[in-house]
Amino acid sequence: MCSTADIPTSALQPIELVVIGGSAGSMVVLMELMKSVSFFPIPIIFVIHRGKTSSFGTLAGIFQKANQEIKVKEAEEKETLSPKTIYLAPADYHLLVERDFSLSLDLSEKVWHSRPSIDVLFQSAADAGGKRTLGILLSGANADGVQGLQEIRKKGGLTIIQDPHTAEYPTMPNEALKAKAADYKLTPSKLERTFEKLKKVKLHF
Amino acid sequence: MIESEYQISFEELKEILQLIEKVHGYDFNDYAEASLKRRVTHIMNKLKLNIFDLKHRLVNDTHFFALFLNQITVNVTEMFRDPGFYRSVRENVIPYLASYPHIKIWNAGCSSGEETYSFAITLKEEGILEKSFLYGTDINSEVLDKAKEGIYELKKIKEYSTNYLNSGGKSSLSDYYHSIYDAGIFQSELRKKTLFSIHNLASDSSFNEFQLVVCRNVLIYFNEHLRNRVLQLFTESLCHLGFLCLGSKETLRNPQLLEQYKVIDRRENIYQKIV
Ligand SMILES: C[S@@+](CC[C@H](N)C(=O)[O-])C[C@H]1O[C@@H](n2cnc3c(N)ncnc32)[C@H](O)[C@@H]1O
Repeated sequence: MCSTADIPTSALQPIELVVIGGSAGSMVVLMELMKSVSFFPIPIIFVIHRGKTSSFGTLAGIFQKANQEIKVKEAEEKETLSPKTIYLAPADYHLLVERDFSLSLDLSEKVWHSRPSIDVLFQSAADAGGKRTLGILLSGANADGVQGLQEIRKKGGLTIIQDPHTAEYPTMPNEALKAKAADYKLTPSKLERTFEKLKKVKLHF
Repeated sequence: MIESEYQISFEELKEILQLIEKVHGYDFNDYAEASLKRRVTHIMNKLKLNIFDLKHRLVNDTHFFALFLNQITVNVTEMFRDPGFYRSVRENVIPYLASYPHIKIWNAGCSSGEETYSFAITLKEEGILEKSFLYGTDINSEVLDKAKEGIYELKKIKEYSTNYLNSGGKSSLSDYYHSIYDAGIFQSELRKKTLFSIHNLASDSSFNEFQLVVCRNVLIYFNEHLRNRVLQLFTESLCHLGFLCLGSKETLRNPQLLEQYKVIDRRENIYQKIV
């Protein structure tokens, strides 16, 4: 069952890694979310679909400008995930999480016509993090990320989709709903509340 | 949706890799796990093999192993991929190479040869192909066969034109190949300056001394241990003041290795051996 209620603190307790995937229409939501990530105590990874031409510099720059109180960077291969950092997949590479929470790049074939692909990130995060993983799938016009979200759920992690009614392109969250891949279906403002809560949970120890 | 009926754990992946090493002598134990696991499960799902069947085929079917090897390596490549990299090579490396009477280049992990031919074209335009020779090596024999032929889909070559021009190309990419129906074959002048052969970076040793070693998008598949082994191998294979080109994503960060090099281009990870 997919719930629309606020996520209870107990469910957030195990989370040590946040992976977020978005395609068409996800930038607005992510920009809003940037307000709630100051000093965020858990590493966050973004895979956002974009054209080959849009350079990384601008995208990371945009996010960094939205919030100076968290580091935003392009993921480098073999670097170990750190708290208070947002990692962006570099253009034209898949980004994967290893078991030791380091990052890998991969040039293999596109998935859903995309490289980086959300599915590839999510599946590796499910493998690497298991129940410590929180996967979030936002607005988008294809189904990339659905299977990965399901993997996270299967491995005991927590999964959230953007409420399709609030999504500019609802296909991606809708496909996740159909596949029963989501634990929670949240509006952008509830998603922000979840982030605030996650911050408090983690700062306790 | 991608078929994902068959899944394996990391422990099972290790078992498969150890089996491959024992039976076929190929060592994949020090590859980065996440991507390798994805490749293996992809093969399992494509061929509808569970882990038991997979192991059985790996042990008993030599033909199958060739196919398996071909599929677990990621061979995606392009001509003049990352044009800025080639621009930097033209500006920072070639003028220096030009002073050598003979130039030997090792393109490690060359896949189907697109990168090697891109270098050959660059050398030609800078006027030093005549005295150069390029060795392309890879672990995958199938892609090497393609590289030896030097024949690529015309549609793809045309897509590489933009890359070529952005890389500082001085004429037109079409000057370097002849079209036969929907394929393009690179000029014999280029092909005769290349030699493609099998070489496994995980186990084989150096086979010559080079003025330039190019290895891009290969180290990303290795763990730190294997990566250091391979970088050590490159260092041993370079002449004094030779160049190591790793491209925009792979950095030389091991302090013991780094102290043997001068950084030529930080962005494109081009280094010159100074010891
Ligand atoms: C993604 S391709 C990179 C091709 C090209 N260098 C480029 O950047 O476009 C990686 C290549 O490395 C090769 N490779 C993987 N493991 C290897 C090993 N142990 N020794 C030699 N080559 C290897 C693969 O077969 C594949 O062709």
